[in-house]
Amino acid sequence: MTETTKNEASRTQGRLPYSQLRRRWAKLRRNKAALFGGILILIFIVIALLAPVLFPGSPSAPNLMKSLERSSLEHPLGTDELGRSILGRIIYGSRISLLIAVGVVSFGLLIGVPLGLVSGYYRGKVDFGIQRVTDTMLAFPGFLLALALVAVLGVGLKNTVISIGISMVPIYIRLVRGCALSIREEVYVEAARAVGTRDIVILLRHILPNVMVPITVQTSLGMGMAILFAAGLGFLGIGVQPPTPEWGTMLSSGRAYLFHSPHVATFPGIAIVLAVLGFNLLGDGLRDALDPRFRL
Amino acid sequence: MNGQVKPLLAIHGLATRFHTFEGMVNAVDGVDMEVFPGETLGLVGESGCGKSVTALSILQLLRCPPAEIRGRILFEGINLLDLGREGIRKIRGNSISMIFQEPMTSLNPVLTIGEQIAEAIVLHQGTSKQEAWERAVEMLQMVQIPEPGARARDYPHKLSGGMRQRAMIAMALSCHPQLLLADEPTTALDVTIQAQITSLMARLKEEFETSIVIITHNLGLIAEMARRVVVMYAGKVVEEAPVEELFKEPLHPYTQGLLGSIPWIGRKLKTGRRELQEIPGIVPSPLEMPEGCRFHPRCPRVMDICCEQEPPMVRLAEHRRVSCWLEAK
Repeated sequence: MTETTKNEASRTQGRLPYSQLRRRWAKLRRNKAALFGGILILIFIVIALLAPVLFPGSPSAPNLMKSLERSSLEHPLGTDELGRSILGRIIYGSRISLLIAVGVVSFGLLIGVPLGLVSGYYRGKVDFGIQRVTDTMLAFPGFLLALALVAVLGVGLKNTVISIGISMVPIYIRLVRGCALSIREEVYVEAARAVGTRDIVILLRHILPNVMVPITVQTSLGMGMAILFAAGLGFLGIGVQPPTPEWGTMLSSGRAYLFHSPHVATFPGIAIVLAVLGFNLLGDGLRDALDPRFRL
Repeated sequence: MNGQVKPLLAIHGLATRFHTFEGMVNAVDGVDMEVFPGETLGLVGESGCGKSVTALSILQLLRCPPAEIRGRILFEGINLLDLGREGIRKIRGNSISMIFQEPMTSLNPVLTIGEQIAEAIVLHQGTSKQEAWERAVEMLQMVQIPEPGARARDYPHKLSGGMRQRAMIAMALSCHPQLLLADEPTTALDVTIQAQITSLMARLKEEFETSIVIITHNLGLIAEMARRVVVMYAGKVVEEAPVEELFKEPLHPYTQGLLGSIPWIGRKLKTGRRELQEIPGIVPSPLEMPEGCRFHPRCPRVMDICCEQEPPMVRLAEHRRVSCWLEAK
């Protein structure tokens, strides 16, 4: 019995039973890098939520008398070319970045997961159609696709989310389709069909929960990627528009003063690195902790 | 079984084939058989002879394409093949249920045992979730799972193989189907558990008055459970007989070979031989079926005609038929 239990634990995928979740959580906590990533993200979330408390003034109001100042007590990270506090803009920028990350991933999940499930479960012509579109989208480098979509949709926060979101949809379709393909061949799916379960119920109750683990991992990694993409679009001046405090846009405007006042570009850059690093470390940690191939 | 009783399930000329890259595979090729209310029918044959495909064809659990099912499968007089997707879905689990060989993988690891059993009940009986849950626990009690209330809340990984097979049986019988297709129900279990599952199935059969088609290559299980046996070879029925007659006087050389390959402890067969015998060769590839009788390359009593013409089905008594030139003369 103990032997089979162990075996099963290593074979079980997807939404995990409670006792296993606890063990996986313990494993995740032991992973120092993942813990560090998680803490980083937590800090950014707290900063985003408490932005008005941490920085009472407006992050966008210019004060040209104080442009390009080095760090001081009033402005710990100095000011930018319009005299705005860089710390304040980074604090408010975390709101924008997290909003973009959540928006993009939700977009990717809402469209990618159902399409992936249908594609993998039904196979046939539906699968063929969805996969050829996916192939076409994956043929573009992700960032280039987002760039092209911005060119079509226009700039701004909403369009940034939509463009990056669309460019991520094929990743989710592929991921979910692959899992659905293997899970639909499981005997328990056949058993569910043998008792007359409807296809929609099989998809939502039997297959989707078994795909949750890879989706969770991809969600974390995807958020990091979304922040990076948004910063990239901002840097090119076609993402979120000034005066909204967005890290990539800040980086771009600081570029002009790189030799005279390097802090203007450096600190937003560090913020981007830390946020992306946080999501990536957490994602990797989740993957290791939830991977059924690793024995507990 | 007299002629008055109408069969619950009557299969006429069932042919299931698969379109593959290598060509057409005729997995089941013209199978006829009947299952009567309340009886247990054994379906025997080597691996790959089409027994499982026959069962899967009845419930249309094969993906079409690549599969293609032809013939007539009359369940209470209605051809299941004419029902369409929604029609057959209402039959599955409700009137005809199936249990599978692999108890370790036939339960979803992310749903509790109770949830999985209740699902089928809600689906077919339209009861509330609460009622369905209670019925699920009741079913677990019937299949003799200790502490059914607690086990219903367990996830499958906490149960042993035997317990899981019981849970599968509970799930299959939860809507009181008239027919249960048991595809190698005990193969993956160890011997003591096999015995328990066998007696459990026999008891539940009486209780629910369910007909059972038991698919196996285990002739011991057949002897114990079935009343009538259909022997299949390479997609065709080669012999049908009441179980006692089959063991006493197998007519088809293939059946004789099957029986000869069972070890008998401390007993001489009528033929006087004591040694364990084997059937030489292997089941022919479904892509290259031999001409004539499909068993002829392995048959110890092969005649010239066997290599040229397919033997006709000879009906000797009501439930006694054999497809062999030895009987056809």
